Amino acid sequence: MRRSIPLVAATLGLALTLAACSGSGDEPAADSTTTAAAADGGSLTIWVDETRQDAVAAAAATFEKETGATVELVLKNFGDIRADFLAQVPTGEGPDITVGAHDWLGELTTNGVVAPIELGDKASEFEPVSIEAFTQDGQVYGLPYAVENIALIRNTALAATAPATWDEAVAAGQAAGSKYPILIQTGVEGDPYTYYPLQTSFGAPVFTQNDDGTYNPELALGGENGNAFATWLQAQGAAGVLSTDITYDIAVDAFAKGESPFIIGGPWMIDSFEGLDLAIDPIPAAGSQPAQPFVGVSGFYVSAQSKNALLANDFLVNYMATEDAQLALYEAGNRPPALIAAADSAAADPITDGFRKVGAAAVPMPSIPEMGSVWAFWGVTEANIISGAAEPVAAWEKMVTDIEGALGS
Amino acid sequence: MSTPQSTLDGPVSTGAPGDGEPPAGRARRGGDGSHARNYSRGFFVKLAIIALVDALGVLGVMAAWGQSSYGILASMVALLVAANWVYFSKRALPMKYILPGLAFLLVYQVYVVVYTGFVAFTNYGDGHNSTKEQAIEALLIQNERRVEGSQAYPLTVVEVDGELGFAIVTTDGDVQVGTADSPLTTQDDATVTDGRVSEVPGASVLDRNAVLAQQDAVTTLRVPFSDDPEDGSIRTQDARTGYVYTSTLEYDAQADTMTDTTTGTVYTPNDHGQFEAEDGSTLAVGWRVVVGFENFTTAFGDSRYAGPFVKILIWTFAFAVISVASTFLLGLFLAMVFNDTRLRGRKIYRTLLILPYAIPGFLAALVWAGLLNRSYGFINQVFFNGAAIPWLTDPWLAKVSVIGVNLWLGFPYMFLICTGALQSLPTDVLEAAKIDGAGKLRTWRSVILPLLLVSTAPLLISSFAFNFNNFTLIYMLTKGGPRFADASVPLGHTDILISMVYSVSGIDGTAPKNYGLASALSIVIFVIVATISALAFRRTRSLEEIS
Repeated sequence: MRRSIPLVAATLGLALTLAACSGSGDEPAADSTTTAAAADGGSLTIWVDETRQDAVAAAAATFEKETGATVELVLKNFGDIRADFLAQVPTGEGPDITVGAHDWLGELTTNGVVAPIELGDKASEFEPVSIEAFTQDGQVYGLPYAVENIALIRNTALAATAPATWDEAVAAGQAAGSKYPILIQTGVEGDPYTYYPLQTSFGAPVFTQNDDGTYNPELALGGENGNAFATWLQAQGAAGVLSTDITYDIAVDAFAKGESPFIIGGPWMIDSFEGLDLAIDPIPAAGSQPAQPFVGVSGFYVSAQSKNALLANDFLVNYMATEDAQLALYEAGNRPPALIAAADSAAADPITDGFRKVGAAAVPMPSIPEMGSVWAFWGVTEANIISGAAEPVAAWEKMVTDIEGALGS
Repeated sequence: MSTPQSTLDGPVSTGAPGDGEPPAGRARRGGDGSHARNYSRGFFVKLAIIALVDALGVLGVMAAWGQSSYGILASMVALLVAANWVYFSKRALPMKYILPGLAFLLVYQVYVVVYTGFVAFTNYGDGHNSTKEQAIEALLIQNERRVEGSQAYPLTVVEVDGELGFAIVTTDGDVQVGTADSPLTTQDDATVTDGRVSEVPGASVLDRNAVLAQQDAVTTLRVPFSDDPEDGSIRTQDARTGYVYTSTLEYDAQADTMTDTTTGTVYTPNDHGQFEAEDGSTLAVGWRVVVGFENFTTAFGDSRYAGPFVKILIWTFAFAVISVASTFLLGLFLAMVFNDTRLRGRKIYRTLLILPYAIPGFLAALVWAGLLNRSYGFINQVFFNGAAIPWLTDPWLAKVSVIGVNLWLGFPYMFLICTGALQSLPTDVLEAAKIDGAGKLRTWRSVILPLLLVSTAPLLISSFAFNFNNFTLIYMLTKGGPRFADASVPLGHTDILISMVYSVSGIDGTAPKNYGLASALSIVIFVIVATISALAFRRTRSLEEIS
């Protein structure tokens, strides 16, 4: 009989495991109390990542005080949120609100996991591009809070003035006598996001755009303009200005060491450049048209299966769309706020102001579901052209055909 | 009964705590009560532990009930009943040992395999993510449009004759009240405080808690704006402000059809889990349905994948075989060298050799990707004097690099198991070989190696299976690149089957997700690996005859 005790102990472990499994690994007990508590002050479950946690918690505290609701913040790894949200909302276990990026929108709506939110007159208080980014088919699906885009970061000690064109930038870089005339992250897989402004300067946007800023699932990166861009890539690669060996780490490190006056990059790089005197300029156009980078907008989504939709919308529209909340998020994430009033206050910082000004002329990254099929071909083709492994026009045209094939399947 | 036996019996019975009865009593009691009914101290310990298990189980059952996860609920109940029966019954002695392991097997292995098998026959993936009810709900809310240019109305939730309704304040300052069945009508004697209705005769204004208690009812409530349905209805998302909406899509539950009210197109559900119109156009949000063998035919039937698939299959085998062979031979060689007792400082060398094993594979592969960078990598800079050797971007060099890095990562494991096997070789056999006059080489070939293979062959097979699916290395080092120049799919020269599944199924974000296809492909890979392993195990059985 004594020997059965370890077995019972093992069963204990089993029961614990099963209890853990019973909620598909997502705190079943916590969720059931959520539903139970909804009868009184109401309660909200919000998924946040680490950088935004404190800022959302501050807004939640005000909300809790004024409405008597309870807000539960669940800390998630930002990289996991998209997949977890897609998987858990249909099971009813997802959050009421989650942070997210605007380019998830196509996937979220196709899978029916996100509900539209009505901003009403508040919509005009946001940067137009941020609302545009969260709009699909006339409906707004997220409350934007930050806008981010890349720009030309200039080391003022090496280059006194902003270059107007790519060739000017390269000439200024060479005149400065630094190791690299201009730095742009590439890698063997390419980096179409960072290269996009150069591509648009040739008039070859990825998809055609409607007047209201939304995208059609119709490829526009091919044709003569696209081929001109491909040829230009090859020439720059052959001249040694662009190289697939320059990865993000190498580029940031070289710029921080003062080995180049220019780097094309976003606000996330700034922390690595402490001690340098920086200026933020528009990205110099390589072709004849303006260089328009992608804008990424961060925001909050409401779950389509939320049992607390009223509270969720109330919280977002009436508490997160305030200057204080948006500024708190700005301080946490260092990206220009989406609310114009908050962005104006944040623009006191010249770096933020610089990125914001470049962002004003930028385009939202397409959030249509078709965008997901583009990345895999795009970057590698660019990298192969730069490295000289592929014939520019032929490779670019094959890429367009391949993407069309992937879209059709 | 002999004397030795009774002396053996004595200490055992008296040694059991709480069991003061003589051996004879124990034997007699055996018939009517097993040790499971022995109400000793141990029994109460068991009782307490089982009670704890049951309590946790009941908690799990309640959680499952709260989440409406009835499958989990049923299995929890079944497992709890089984556990209680097994540990209190006198007839289930073997089960007392097996049950925990069996339960873990069911939960962690059988369930996962069965679920993967099920998903392989569905179209689970982007656009088919949930149930039909949820898809309908999502389509309806996605296709509600705020009437253009309509204003925002300050709104109050009211209750009229037990029915929920809205009270709004118009721009003229009029108060209008309505419910789902009765359109908005102006109420003259209502009170407005701070621009919001605070009192309406004949209706009670709900306070915030009352509204929150029925959030679903409030958010789904549509109060017709007027008698004309074309005018739309008032709707609210936060119970503070109302807007006028019209629906462009309507669901007919009876006929199970969706109708686009602007064009009149009728959509009916098709067998692929989508609403389809007669002209073949479909609505965006679909649901998960069983599609039979479709995923398997797609996996092999898509002509764009056929060519790359063959290349990838061959490379997968080559990679797995070469990886096992190279790591084993290097590990064995080093094990032999460092097994020589004449070598001084063996322990230090051995520890150093294990180092690559101590570094996580993820990290090591990433670091190697950096070391092998064409222009800035340590390897080219230091060993090749700055020569731009395209280690990771040339198809053949990339393959060499992958195998080389895997050799670096994998040989310590082989070194470890070979060292262990060498040290456990029976010395008498080696001495016998010596006496028989066998030389060093002959002893190694005819005695040491076969004996070594007996104990390491199963590990080599598992190593083969591991390398066959060595996703981490490929993904972190080359991501499958360089790409096939002639293929129209994003696959490359160093892709192995599992990394192909990863990119084909879209889980990496470069294509729409297709879990059904991914599951089907993983089943195919499982069949390949299982067949090879089974054949190999059969072959190694002949080795066992040696020992």
